[in-house]
Amino acid sequence: MRREIPTFIAFFVGIVCIIQFFIPHRPFGTLVDVFSDWFGIVAAFAIWLGALNLIRVSLERSLSKKKTHDRWYGLVVVASFLLIFIVGLFLSGGNQFQVPGSRFDYLYVNIYTPLSSTMFALLAFFVASASYRAFRARSWEATLLLIAAFLVMLGRAPVGDQITGFMPEGYRMSEVANWIMTYPQVAGQRAIMIGIALGVASASLRLILGLERSYLGGE
Amino acid sequence: MTEPKDGLFDRLMRIDRRVIFVFISVALIVPLFFNVSQRIQVSPEVQMLNDAMNKIPDGSLVLYSMDYDPPSAPELQPMAVAAFKVALAKKFKMVIIGLWPQGPQQANMAFETATHYEKFSGTKLTYGVDYVNLGFQSGNEAVIQKMGSDIPTTFPRDYAGTPVEQLPLMKGIKNLGNFDFMVNISAGYPGTREWVQFGADRFGLKMVSGSTAVQTTEMSPYVGKQLLGLMGGMRGAAEFEQLSGYPGRALKFMVGQSVAHVIVILFILIGNIAYFATRKKKGA
Amino acid sequence: MDHPGWVLFGTWVAALLTLGIATFLYKDNPVYKFCEAVFVGISAGYWFVSYFWQTLLPKLGYPFYAGLKSWFVGPAQGPGWLVLIIPGILGVMMLLRLVPKAGWIARWPLAFVVGYTAGLRLITFLQSNAMTQLQNSVEPVIRYSQSGSFLGWESFNVLLVTVGTFAGLFYFFFSQEHKGVFGRVARVGTWFLMITFGAAFGYTVMGRMSLLIGRLDFLLADWLHLIR
Repeated sequence: MRREIPTFIAFFVGIVCIIQFFIPHRPFGTLVDVFSDWFGIVAAFAIWLGALNLIRVSLERSLSKKKTHDRWYGLVVVASFLLIFIVGLFLSGGNQFQVPGSRFDYLYVNIYTPLSSTMFALLAFFVASASYRAFRARSWEATLLLIAAFLVMLGRAPVGDQITGFMPEGYRMSEVANWIMTYPQVAGQRAIMIGIALGVASASLRLILGLERSYLGGE
Repeated sequence: MTEPKDGLFDRLMRIDRRVIFVFISVALIVPLFFNVSQRIQVSPEVQMLNDAMNKIPDGSLVLYSMDYDPPSAPELQPMAVAAFKVALAKKFKMVIIGLWPQGPQQANMAFETATHYEKFSGTKLTYGVDYVNLGFQSGNEAVIQKMGSDIPTTFPRDYAGTPVEQLPLMKGIKNLGNFDFMVNISAGYPGTREWVQFGADRFGLKMVSGSTAVQTTEMSPYVGKQLLGLMGGMRGAAEFEQLSGYPGRALKFMVGQSVAHVIVILFILIGNIAYFATRKKKGA
Repeated sequence: MDHPGWVLFGTWVAALLTLGIATFLYKDNPVYKFCEAVFVGISAGYWFVSYFWQTLLPKLGYPFYAGLKSWFVGPAQGPGWLVLIIPGILGVMMLLRLVPKAGWIARWPLAFVVGYTAGLRLITFLQSNAMTQLQNSVEPVIRYSQSGSFLGWESFNVLLVTVGTFAGLFYFFFSQEHKGVFGRVARVGTWFLMITFGAAFGYTVMGRMSLLIGRLDFLLADWLHLIR
């Protein structure tokens, strides 16, 4: 029954969600509204699960008998978590925790924002380095990809129009980039989108009908 | 037998990546010292977006969904600021929400920047009457699905914890059908795709979107009947700032963007020349 | 926290954390590892606190409290709030994943999430991403202006999108060997896909560079005040 009940739950909820597209009235429409509320609540608990699991793993790593030199970083993780946890729950005016000027907002602006932003900003360096090392025009298709990339990159920066300013209107770099983005790029993107949609529909049906149960894990 | 000496191309193939990092840093830092404003060509999608927003009557009820976080702010914050400036100029009644937890805080910052713009410094806005920030709700597309039928129970309180019944603007707002228009600023999932699938296609919401450059190509097929306009990345933000008449940070950063693109293209070209030159040498 | 002293302190903390993460560009080092650990802890805490105040309390906590209060103290209200016991229990089941022996019970809320998402996506993806996109690809390719003159360039562009979309779909038929006429059409589809990927790469570079420009602007303008 450990696998049968969840399979039935997925089936029932999935079927109700499908039917409400065709019969949006009671009881299906009402049921899906209720399920939508429950989904939000369960999703919140899932986030809590992730956070608590992270703390558990960090503590285990720090307090384990194995003496590795970076085990103390686990304590840093826990300390940072506790800092924002205590400030957010008890020291930021309760419900008003996100109001500009609150202590929670202060941590958001001065700790969370610079750390998360810089992590992503580093990708600029790696994309340049990886492009230099790995982007090779080894075949006609790869060359076509490169040419499209160059035209779009130049077209989407003012320098493209500055280089091709002597060309008649309609043939400048930004207009070429616009044409690529509006026509051939959309064609390829649509083919990908339709393919993905058919794949999602097939996978969703398999999940609802219980043919795919890998999400339940092992026994 | 002596090894053949390494030529220039061999050394280029083995260059330390930190040298590339230094080039990128210098290429992006130097332009920031020059305050160069320039007119840029506007793409059709941003023109459509601007036209769609101009067509909305003054005083309309507009939903703003801020679905992004700080890493995407350099691209998306200028879009949000410009969109709020247009809203202030056209006196929209604004309902701000977020499908990302950071969205409402980013919205607050963008709104404050917009209201401090000199043209609007004398504008008096009352929270709860002219605009509300309903904060974040978890559930991704489930939130949009529920908003299609019942917004007050989807967002029972605003971002500061005030019950929604106490906000005058929310009186009479039952579901997505009550909104005249929607502006979505999106960095990923949940975001534009979910709003198109549920908001536009299911509930008939008229919407435009500002999106990170990374996902712009994926959203471009929706432009037309599903999305009335699309701003893509910092370039899209700069185009909208120019079109709407509110120049801001995105336009300022276009010079740096130009230099960055040229540097990356040069690196790729040099990498390919070095590759083919060394391959030819090995083959010979 | 609006006091200028706190603002200055916060800006310096933000700048030092930014530079700490950036040291990774030289090589992995303890400063980077420390900043990374802070980032992980702060992110987890941020999400934990946000979901508590914005979802769990208004959607579960307050209705439960109001319902229980009405039961014991009054005034009486309908039993609708009792239904919330179900997502509450599902949520607790989810948290039991942390307990090794009871972890299997988390399958129930997981199945609910999977069923809900699968049910909605089956229809919405077919509608928005398949049917509407096919509809947009099947349009008249011979275009005329309002005055009746033939619009050659516009007609060519519409034909290009139609041919490109269907040729791209031909490429994705992996159950059929790509040879002969089929193979040639799939090859044309590959060219359109290469243009799509090239454009995507171009936009990705644009996006990543924008993020770095934003960080550099913070360091030079907000921290060092070297630029306006």
